[in-house]
Amino acid sequence: MLRIPVVRWGKPYESLETQKVVHFLTGEPIAEVDQANGAMVSRDLRKANQARELLRDIPVEDLISRIKTAGNLFANATLPLGNGTQTPDQFVHQQSATTGLPEQMCRNNMTKNSFVMEKIDTILDALTRGLDLNILARGYGTESRGIVVSYQCQSPVLGAVLPSNSPGVHTLWIPVIALQLGLVLKPGSQEPWTAYRVASAFQQAGIPGEVFSLYPGGHDVGAAILSGCRRAMIFGGEKTIQQYAGNPRVQVHGPGYTKILLGDDKVDQWEQYLDMMVESIYINGGRSCINASSVWASRHTEEIAAALAERLGPIEAKEPTDPSAGLAAFTVEGAGKAIYEMLQADLKEDGVTDCTAAYGPRLVEHERCSYLRPMIAHAKSPSCAIATKEFMFPFATVVKCPQEKMIDSIGYTLVGSAITDNETWIDELGSATNIDRLNIGPIPTNRLNWLQPHEGNLIEFLFKSRAYQIAESKLVHA
Amino acid sequence: MTTGTTSLAAAVAAAKQRLDQHTYETVQWHFHPSTGSPFWVAKAKELPFNPLTEVNTFEDLKKFPPFEDEWLRGGPIERWRPKGLDGKPTFVFETGGTTGIPKSRMVIEDHRIDYELFSETLPDKYFPRGTNWLMLGPSGPRRLRLAVEHLCQFRGGICFCIDLDPRWVIKLIKNGKMQELEEYKKHCIDQVLTILSANHNIKCMFATPKLLEGLCNALEERGQTFADTGITGIFSGGTEFTPQWTRFCIEEFFGGPPEVSGIYMTPTYGNTLMGLACSKPVTAADGYKISYYAPQPRAVTEVVDFDDTNRSVGYGETGRVKLTTLTKEFFVPGFLERDEGELEPPYETYPWDGVSGVRPFHRLASSTTVGVY
Repeated sequence: MLRIPVVRWGKPYESLETQKVVHFLTGEPIAEVDQANGAMVSRDLRKANQARELLRDIPVEDLISRIKTAGNLFANATLPLGNGTQTPDQFVHQQSATTGLPEQMCRNNMTKNSFVMEKIDTILDALTRGLDLNILARGYGTESRGIVVSYQCQSPVLGAVLPSNSPGVHTLWIPVIALQLGLVLKPGSQEPWTAYRVASAFQQAGIPGEVFSLYPGGHDVGAAILSGCRRAMIFGGEKTIQQYAGNPRVQVHGPGYTKILLGDDKVDQWEQYLDMMVESIYINGGRSCINASSVWASRHTEEIAAALAERLGPIEAKEPTDPSAGLAAFTVEGAGKAIYEMLQADLKEDGVTDCTAAYGPRLVEHERCSYLRPMIAHAKSPSCAIATKEFMFPFATVVKCPQEKMIDSIGYTLVGSAITDNETWIDELGSATNIDRLNIGPIPTNRLNWLQPHEGNLIEFLFKSRAYQIAESKLVHA
Repeated sequence: MTTGTTSLAAAVAAAKQRLDQHTYETVQWHFHPSTGSPFWVAKAKELPFNPLTEVNTFEDLKKFPPFEDEWLRGGPIERWRPKGLDGKPTFVFETGGTTGIPKSRMVIEDHRIDYELFSETLPDKYFPRGTNWLMLGPSGPRRLRLAVEHLCQFRGGICFCIDLDPRWVIKLIKNGKMQELEEYKKHCIDQVLTILSANHNIKCMFATPKLLEGLCNALEERGQTFADTGITGIFSGGTEFTPQWTRFCIEEFFGGPPEVSGIYMTPTYGNTLMGLACSKPVTAADGYKISYYAPQPRAVTEVVDFDDTNRSVGYGETGRVKLTTLTKEFFVPGFLERDEGELEPPYETYPWDGVSGVRPFHRLASSTTVGVY
């Protein structure tokens, strides 16, 4: 069987205890994964500076070139993995088999990740607003306008506690190597695949293995990464967000509560935007934080909900290998049922209508997994609890709300696509601090422009802009 | 049959006979109105059998319903004290209590007896008699704190302790205050570093796995190693112990097995109800497997079927850990622990069943807050 070791600064480590990752439908073991422990992480982190020093010895231009090569290898090559190798097709099959995501979604996510590697120079150019990367590498330099600027790296490595259910999120940490920071990763227990394949592609492209640590393991491993790395990111639910709120060392990625807002000037033509709404709710199995979980409008909301239900309600759960499969399985025992029951409670509230009820049962239970078929609800008012709920399947509430009350009522919104030409409202939306990514116009919420920062700018998280004065004679013109 | 096997079989039979006799005597003591505790004397009236006439062997304890630790909440604590021990100075030790009323166990000298027996298992080479100890574990109304101090004194040493409130730690974990948890851990480790820097001839210590790793990490951050502390004997327990953690600790923090590093660690398993079970020596050759053996006949561990808790599983099979305490002070007939593990066969040192691979019971694991101190 494929055995995937813990990786400690590039060196494989086999533990006494291992965890099998199994096929979500059959229970067949796919791989045996060694397990780290928290103390191991804390101990290894004392050598974190070495990772940064190694990367700083490589010119930024070379790093960029190697990362681009890695992007191609990630998408197309047979790469070493544990005690074996992995082809791109095997990667897709293995990821689908252990996460419950249809293979076509895994393939799309693979493309996304390789895209970020292959376009790393353009992406960094956008994230740094055109800053010469040598200024980040050296710590200071002179901008084209002749001013000395300095960016102080806040940590020699980035730690990341990765999820099991969203293989698309890896795009967030991949650029870190180009910024000359090492990576300390805890791969998701069901999805070790991406982290290991990215690290393998990087190594094959000439990035030193000693700048990566991969620690599959339990909660203590995640806690050790978050407490030991001076900069770390974690993916989790609402509780995780609250836990790390206000902690400048930790960037939390959680539910998006992404929304589509229809302005009064456009809502009468709502049918024109139906495809965009369906895509925003349904793409990637509704699993992403950038999937819309609600649609807000002041009128026609019943008709919008009925039309969305008509489009999404009939969608069935299909085999993961079926190219038309659009729903991902819940692979944790009882998870699908628990979510379904939570929703049933919300649907009973006055003013809430279950619009997909007529399209057959939503909960589909198998022996080892379950699916939730798309659900659309209608809420007569933003005060209904369901109006601000988000779940990891294609689910959305169409909420009736006057336009003038919308911004105050929607709450936190990772992506807000506002369909309007009303300049006053556009200005108000632009000033609303509860909306992170703002799309003006019928842009599906899932279509991210990679040249824009996502949930906070990575550069601002990892580097601090600071004063740096240097005698003219010593100034290096970058 | 070899001589070794024959002698082991004889030892097992003798231990079984001793356990049956001890069970009989303990039940007589706890249920006889002249010596028994108010709790058990009253409880006997609810039982569908007469403990005084129908419990003659350990097997007969299955007639009792499972012991409910909820009975230990609230007072009066005196209802647990056997009449035969009236007038003896009495301790109360608590477990739980982060919220609500904690579970209480009254103790007269069980903790001393248990730890004097445990002392016999400690190799003098690594736990030198007459040297001082460090107690890196919970303070407050805990049995462990006084027991370790007694162990140290029994071996001729003086015990240094830290302040550690496990209830506060649990609150921090439950409220997700991980930064504060780290601060509190650091506060505990700082106390230890201060004691260790004060030239007290400390050679032995008790530590929970988490605090031991915290101490080792703190030392390494200062450019030192655990060996620099001069401590050679560690008795560890209190939270879950895994073979991987043990291996990591021995290989990386200690610098090798005892014969190389001069540092010996013995895992233990126990709680306020039972006392403590010792471990078979842990070695690399045995895959750092950790097997615990209770101090029979005063306490017994069984590994029972998850659904039929009166049926023991076979050797090597997995089941839930069931504890029985049979001392003059305390009688617990079959308490189902929040742990599971594999049943281990008897061996020469402990000719009775043991348990290995102890971990949180999988059906309760998600609701249990582990890694307390």
